[in-house]
Amino acid sequence: MGDKYKTESLKCWDKAKEIRLNYYKNFAEAHEKGGLRWAGGAWSFDAIPAGLGDDVYPLTGEPYAASIAWNKDFALKCHEAVEKAGYARDLCSYMRNYWGSILLNKYAFGGDFPKPDFIWQDHICCSHAKWYQVARDLEGKDIPMYCIDVSIGPFEELTDNKLDYVVGQMHDGIEWLEAVTGRKYDDEKLIRAVYDHCRSESVWAEVCALNKTIPAPLDEKTMYSLYVHGTLNKSSKVVADFYEELLDEVKDRVKRGIAAVANERCRVMSDTQPPWAFLNVFRYLEKYGCVSVGSLYTFGLIGMWDIKEDGSWGPRKTPQEEGIEIKDRDQALRILASWELNKPEWQHFYAPQLKSEMMIRIAKEWKLNGVLLHYNRGCEGLSLGIAENRLALKEAGFPVMIFEGNMGDEREFDETQTMTRIDAFMESLGLEK
Amino acid sequence: MTVVGIDCGAKNVKALILEEDKILAKSSVLSGFDQKAAAQEALDLVLKDASLKKEDLAHITATGTGKEEVGFSLGTITEVGANAKAINSLFPSVRTVIDVGAEEGRAIKINDKGKVIDFAINEKCAAGAGTFTETMARALEIKLEEMGSLSLKSQKAVPMNAQCAVFAESEVVSLIHAKHAKEDIVRAVHDAIADRIASMVRKIGIEKDVALVGGVARNIGFVDSLKRDLNLDLLIPDDPEFSCALGAAFAAAEKAKGG
Ligand code: SF4
Repeated sequence: MGDKYKTESLKCWDKAKEIRLNYYKNFAEAHEKGGLRWAGGAWSFDAIPAGLGDDVYPLTGEPYAASIAWNKDFALKCHEAVEKAGYARDLCSYMRNYWGSILLNKYAFGGDFPKPDFIWQDHICCSHAKWYQVARDLEGKDIPMYCIDVSIGPFEELTDNKLDYVVGQMHDGIEWLEAVTGRKYDDEKLIRAVYDHCRSESVWAEVCALNKTIPAPLDEKTMYSLYVHGTLNKSSKVVADFYEELLDEVKDRVKRGIAAVANERCRVMSDTQPPWAFLNVFRYLEKYGCVSVGSLYTFGLIGMWDIKEDGSWGPRKTPQEEGIEIKDRDQALRILASWELNKPEWQHFYAPQLKSEMMIRIAKEWKLNGVLLHYNRGCEGLSLGIAENRLALKEAGFPVMIFEGNMGDEREFDETQTMTRIDAFMESLGLEK
Repeated sequence: MTVVGIDCGAKNVKALILEEDKILAKSSVLSGFDQKAAAQEALDLVLKDASLKKEDLAHITATGTGKEEVGFSLGTITEVGANAKAINSLFPSVRTVIDVGAEEGRAIKINDKGKVIDFAINEKCAAGAGTFTETMARALEIKLEEMGSLSLKSQKAVPMNAQCAVFAESEVVSLIHAKHAKEDIVRAVHDAIADRIASMVRKIGIEKDVALVGGVARNIGFVDSLKRDLNLDLLIPDDPEFSCALGAAFAAAEKAKGG
């Protein structure tokens, strides 16, 4: 079959890799430069510790655990270590990878596991509550930990009281940070980080919105290597600037009709984290001319969205674009909290319908022919209600294929059978290899 | 025009020769460890039976878990697609196809043209497939062929969880020690598989008429259990284990016609 569209690799690919590797290196080497290390979830409010100084480096657990998952041998060693220590195999597999790395005292990017100076976490998924409590036990109980409870209900039901509840915890958190680090907090740095946080998330959404184009300029396998920066350090200038650069490049691809998949004939989306050790699933789709243009996961874990005048989804306007000047700590925290509580991937914790509505919107606006749902045994959080989502998508007229697996534990993924399912699904969509 | 459909399954390789709409010959051989050799043997047998040579064939399409192993095929189709084609031709009124083979159970929803609308596959758990009955027959020390008729003699429903084949085996042993009648235990085994299959079918929604295919459809005890569970009648072709091979043959004919 001849290719329908032109394709070319991303120019900013090497830079994406470099930023990611620097991030892990900076964390490991922070102490050598007199800096601080903190650990926490990818959803934690990383703009807040940024107020402690420019030499404070995070290690966010989920993307770190995904890096482990990608290395099958190391992941297996981590699982075995965790199981030997008595933890159950059906727990969050990211959490297990992370604990395994501590137990083995092995950092996925070389050397011993670098223990953090403090833990800065938030709680929405049940596993969040336990992840760092156990990590702390394994690392040594003297590591101070602070957690912000963000489970205040869906964004559409946000009230001033609920917002005050989250903002209050943030204020307390800043005092706590000062106490445990002995550093003086700099509100200017916080304000700058909040601006960059919003910029990163809005620009990433704009990049994803460009994938509404036919042919799609990006495929989801590539997007995994790009959205990850937002999960590492969304409030950093480096990430926000990189996303601006990426946006320019993707705009240019759209203008020139550059496709991610040269023989694009069919568009699908996935859902939840993929089985990281088997991203070849996405390359297999391409044999059918099928491109996965993204998912609520890749769009909404980091991207922040708004309903535009024409009713469609587009990037949420940043405070800068709204002409808002942040003047003090309280205003910065309020903006940060209300911005983040609108996160698409947080809404389904309250009701699967909220997620179904967003998924159906994506299926329509991104012009999809079908949906591939990963029944991900490794993540209770993002799989919550996924069977309900399947029914809703089918009712909305979208063919759905499901496959079982685990984002972080390859022992629960059957590659051959998944490919067989894909064959049957593609065949039912009228596609041949 | 003469074509062959070949179903390279986990336990058996089945081949079928189709001339227009007429089945000329069928063969079935054990898959063993060498599926490639088994496929060749199945083809040789079926050609011999129909007094044909390979050169007489307009097309060969393979299906089944080992379809890629069939080196001499000219095309492939999935079991889902093959079953849809076969059943749409045999029973045009069918909208739901249930296929229970040795290692897999699957449910397929089709429209009036035989197009696949949705499907579900139960492949990770042996408790929803033919090998489960074999394991249970061994545990009960009876022949697999006797399972069906024995089950129909049962007067009493004995509950069994059968979450997985391994646990089910120890459950069967407990039932034997608890002095339950063999026929009641056999029925419990069939009820348990039927229960798993039925819940898989419900995932895609049951729309009448419903057909049952695959080797396990020969087990009258299982068929009885599934009918009771689904509370409906099942259409079963004469040779249910050849449904995939027949569908593959239809696909081969379409290809030969340039479809
Ligand atoms: S279960 Fe999923 S959402 Fe919860 S902590 Fe693990 S990866 Fe995150």
